[in-house]
Amino acid sequence: MTDIEHRSLADTATRVREHIIRMSGNGGCFIGASLSCTDLIVYLYKHVLNISPDRVVDPDRDYFLLSKGHDVPALYGVFAELGYMDSARLSNHLHPQDVLYWHPNREVPGIEFHSGSLGHLLSVGIGVALDIRLRKGSNRVFVMLGDGELNEGSIWEAALVAGAQKLDNLIVVIDRNAFQANLRTEDLLPLEPLEDKFEAFGWSVRRIDGHCFSEMEEVFGTVPFEPGRPGVIIADTVRGKGLPSIEARADRWFVNFKPEEVDMLLDELHGIQRAELSSEALHVR
Amino acid sequence: MTYESTLRSIAATDERVIVMTAENRAAIRALPDVLGERFIDVGICEQTMLGAAAGLALRGRIPVVHALAAFLTMRAFEFTRTDVGIAHLPVKLIGAVPGFLSDGNGPTHQAIEDIAIMRGIPGMHIFCPADAEELNAFLPVIIHSQAPWYVRFNALAPVVSHTEAPVPGKAEILSEGYDVALLTYGFMLREAHRARELLEGQGVSVRLVNLRTLVPLDTEAVLSAVLECSLTVTLEDHFQTGGLYSILAELLLGRGMGADVLPIALTHWFSPGRLEHVLDTEGFSAVHIAHRILRQLEGNSTPMQTESEYLFKTYL
Repeated sequence: MTDIEHRSLADTATRVREHIIRMSGNGGCFIGASLSCTDLIVYLYKHVLNISPDRVVDPDRDYFLLSKGHDVPALYGVFAELGYMDSARLSNHLHPQDVLYWHPNREVPGIEFHSGSLGHLLSVGIGVALDIRLRKGSNRVFVMLGDGELNEGSIWEAALVAGAQKLDNLIVVIDRNAFQANLRTEDLLPLEPLEDKFEAFGWSVRRIDGHCFSEMEEVFGTVPFEPGRPGVIIADTVRGKGLPSIEARADRWFVNFKPEEVDMLLDELHGIQRAELSSEALHVR
Repeated sequence: MTYESTLRSIAATDERVIVMTAENRAAIRALPDVLGERFIDVGICEQTMLGAAAGLALRGRIPVVHALAAFLTMRAFEFTRTDVGIAHLPVKLIGAVPGFLSDGNGPTHQAIEDIAIMRGIPGMHIFCPADAEELNAFLPVIIHSQAPWYVRFNALAPVVSHTEAPVPGKAEILSEGYDVALLTYGFMLREAHRARELLEGQGVSVRLVNLRTLVPLDTEAVLSAVLECSLTVTLEDHFQTGGLYSILAELLLGRGMGADVLPIALTHWFSPGRLEHVLDTEGFSAVHIAHRILRQLEGNSTPMQTESEYLFKTYL
C-alpha cells in the first residue's frame, strides 16, 4: 500500500467518524459500535468490494451484509463519502420523511438487506453465496458480525451449515470490540478462544488488528483463504475508536449527545482537546 | 401425480425453483437425484434454512422449503417474519404433518397454532389443502406467485370430487344448504363431508364450504354463507384462538355484524394416538361433529340451557 493510499483511507475514515459523531447528536446512535468497525468498512468499500455506486444492483457485484445492524451510521458515512449517497442526506437521520434510522433497510440504495435483529444475515449470506455458486459466479459475500452477536445460537447453526456447504465465496468479518450492549463479552459469555471455535466448524480463520490498514491489505488480499472453506476474519477493534473519552467504555453504548458535546467530540477526533461529556448512555436494549 | 412428481415437473421447467429441507425428506426423497445442486438439505437447522431461503430469493430464486410444520412455523418464526416477511420474498413454506396429522407424536410436534402464527405476518399467504388432489392442483399457482406462502401440507387421498379451479381467495362450495353453513379447511374437510351426509339424513341442509386458502380469504363466500344459513360452524384442527373462528370474528366485527356461530376447534393439545382414535376421543369425528351441530341447533330453540348442560350434551 502506498503512503498516498494509506493517507486516503485514513482521511476517509476520519470523515466517516465525523458523520457518525453528528448522527450521535441528531437523535442519537450506537456510536461506540459504529466507530469500532469504521476502518474495516472504509477499507472494504475502497479496496476490497467489487462494487460502485452505479452497480448496486449488478448481479456480479460483491455483497456486503451488515448483520450487526446497529452500526449502520458507519455504513451511511461510507456511502456519503464514496458517492453512494448525498452527504447532505445524513442530516435526515431519524427524520420520518426519510429512511435513515438506527438499523439498515433496503430502501437505501447500496444496502443489501435489513438487519437489527442479531444473528440473521449469516444465514441470508449463505443463501446469496449458494446462488452465486449455482450460477458459477466469481463474486463474493462479506458478512459483518458483531462479537456480541456471536451469543446468538443461529450464528453457530449457520456456521455449521456454511462449513458443510463448503462456501469459500463467503467471508465473515467479526468486529471484535470485546463489548456487547452493557458488558465486556468475556465477562458474560466468553468467546475465546474464538479462532478455535470457527476452525472446529470447518472455517479458515485469520485474526488482524481491525484498525490497521496494512494488516487488512494482507488478509483481504488472500480471499478465499482455502478452497472449500468459508473464511472468517476476526478483527480486534476498540469500541469508540478515535474518541478517547468514550473508547472501551460500557456506558457509551447508545448516546444522544447535546450539540455542544458534538462540537467537543469533533475537536477530540481532530486531536484538539479531550471532550468532557455529561450525557448519559440510554439503554435501548 | 404425487406431490413429489408435481414439484419435480415444476422445477424441471423453472430453473428458479430451489428445493430446501431441514432434513425432512419424507415427501421429496427422489428429488436430490433429479435436482442435483438445486436440492439443498441444510440439516436440522430451520432458522438457517429460512434465512438462506431469503438470500436465495434475493438473487431471484423461488425456494420451496420443507420441515415439520411445528418447527417450520415456530422454531424459525423470527427468520420467516423478519427475513422473508419484511422483504416480502416469494419463499414457499411447506409444513408437514400439521394439525391432527401429527397423530401419535405428542404436543411437541402438534402444529395447531400454525395458522395463527403465519397469518400474523403481513403479506403471508396460507393454503390448506384438503387432500393430494388439491395440493397438487394449487402447487404451480403458489410457486409462481410473487408472495410468500405457507402450505399446511396434506397429501391424503381425496374423499370428495373437486370441480373448482385452483384460485387463491376462492372457496369451493361443495353443497348448497340453508340450515347450517359448515366452514372448514384442510384435513377436516374429510370429516365435514361425512358429517354433512349424517346431518342431511336428519333433514338438516348443509352448505359445505371448503375454504382452501385462508389468506386470501373468500370473504364473499363466507359472508353469503353466514347471512343465508341459520347456524354457522367453523371446523378446524387448530386452536380456537387465531384460526378460522378468529378470522370469521374479525370479518364480522369489521362489518358490524353478528352471527350464531359454533366453533369446533381445539382448546388444548390433543391426546396423541392413531389418527382415527384421536378424532374420536377429541370429538372431531364425523359422528361427533354432526352430533355437536344437532345439539347446537336444538340449543338455539331452548336458550335457557345452562352451560354445563350444553357441555354435557355437546361432548356426549
